[in-house]
Amino acid sequence: MTLALPKSLTRPIESAGDQALFLTSFFRNMFRSGFEWNETIRQCFIVGYKSIGLVGITGFILGFVLTLQSVPTMKEFGAVSFVPSMVAISVIREIGPVIIALICAGKIASSIGAELGSMNVSEQIEAMDVMGANPMQYLVVTRIIACTLMVPLLTVLADGLALMGGWVAANISGKMNIMLYFNKSFTTLAFTDLVPAVIKTFFFGFAIGFIGCYKGYNSDKGTESVGLAANAAVVSASLWVIVLDAIAVQLTSVFAYGS
Amino acid sequence: MDLNPQTSMEKVTTRTTNEANKSAADTREAVIEMSHAKKSFGSKVVLEDVCMVLHRGENLVVLGKSGSGKSVNIKLITGMLVQDSGSVKVFGNEVKDLGEVELKALRIRIGFLFQSGALFDSMTVRQNMEFPLTRVLKLRDQAEIDQRVDEMLTSVGLLDAAAKTPSELSGGQRKRIGLARTLIMKPEIMLYDEPTTGLDPITSREISSLILEMQQKYQTSSVIITHDMACAKITADRIIVLNDGRFIAEGTYEELESSKDDLIQHFFK
Repeated sequence: MTLALPKSLTRPIESAGDQALFLTSFFRNMFRSGFEWNETIRQCFIVGYKSIGLVGITGFILGFVLTLQSVPTMKEFGAVSFVPSMVAISVIREIGPVIIALICAGKIASSIGAELGSMNVSEQIEAMDVMGANPMQYLVVTRIIACTLMVPLLTVLADGLALMGGWVAANISGKMNIMLYFNKSFTTLAFTDLVPAVIKTFFFGFAIGFIGCYKGYNSDKGTESVGLAANAAVVSASLWVIVLDAIAVQLTSVFAYGS
Repeated sequence: MDLNPQTSMEKVTTRTTNEANKSAADTREAVIEMSHAKKSFGSKVVLEDVCMVLHRGENLVVLGKSGSGKSVNIKLITGMLVQDSGSVKVFGNEVKDLGEVELKALRIRIGFLFQSGALFDSMTVRQNMEFPLTRVLKLRDQAEIDQRVDEMLTSVGLLDAAAKTPSELSGGQRKRIGLARTLIMKPEIMLYDEPTTGLDPITSREISSLILEMQQKYQTSSVIITHDMACAKITADRIIVLNDGRFIAEGTYEELESSKDDLIQHFFK
């Protein structure tokens, strides 16, 4: 007698196994000869340069709104002078990396999922495979590396613009010199605020690229699958960003702050 | 060896695959030998006890209605799918036993024209043509690459489309470029997956004639999967009919045309 497990139980296990194989294949192909340098640079341009506008505006508004919202409350406690420090720490440590990663999950993971999904549907991936080219190396490795490298850079850019937004908002509520604002922002920032925050963005970038590629590369045949792959890529990548952030915060608490 | 002992199609007046294979095998080299291949997806049996031989320089048409397992048949040849049982040998090598490197080497000797053409949307026609040369054959000499691309685009009559993207091409042009991109690797075997599907009758005839012309020019052996009788008539040296995962008849176009079998006659109506 064979025991058949319900599909709701076996499907997540199968999916986890599939993802593990995909991850193994990524690492194997990354270190294989014939690395696609030109395509990686092209993907960095697509992922990084073409996201600057969205990420920049988001970062600026983030700092701007955070400052505007904080000033009245801080005023009640007579602590307006702490606003630049508070905005800097919260943006650089937590809000900046997470919000930008979620924005990137929406823009980049969906775009990769849809692109590879449509290539799958139109047999382009099979065509590469059957002609003896390596689609994993050309399509997947390049995109994951581009995301891993570009998301941290985009986050740093957004953090900088968030501080600028904070300064603009501080000038609306009351006049503050730019040098003074940044001086107050940076004096309270420690090395342990900046480094773990930047390190975790590499993992966010990797997760965004990996999920986007996995969902697109393994999409079903049929035009509907392209939309489903894009949607699944955004949902899974966003979820993974949150999960990785929770893990990163715990690790940072233990290793950086010793608590 | 009887291919289809239980089928009612035994009454077909054409030769059996087995007889044809035996007689031809004596004189010509077999480049593809498929023997008792079976393939299922879950509980659905797609190919059942399929035997097929392709000889060097031959154009073999596999005829069958949609869903009869034609495409699965040629995907077994390239190793894109692996049979559940039986044997699929290409150039004498059992495909399922090949390692990654050997399979890649084998695939370089086989060209595959997909139903859609499968051109890379993000690239121009020229970049599509250059892709297998730079990524697979690892050519670095740009002059040689340009010369091969221009020669092949001229062969299919689309040299002036080199700077266009696939979205700017018609269905027939995409098929031509797909064919050119495949032939640029100078394959010994060509596999065509429904090369005329979705095309108007005139373009279909042009593509069929082009397939024949390219086969003669580049001396390839071809398996052409189709349900288009006009294409089969133009291109086929030999036709095999596939139904419900089994080969039920084999012969030349004229032999099958004179068959009394209802199923075969349906293709000619």
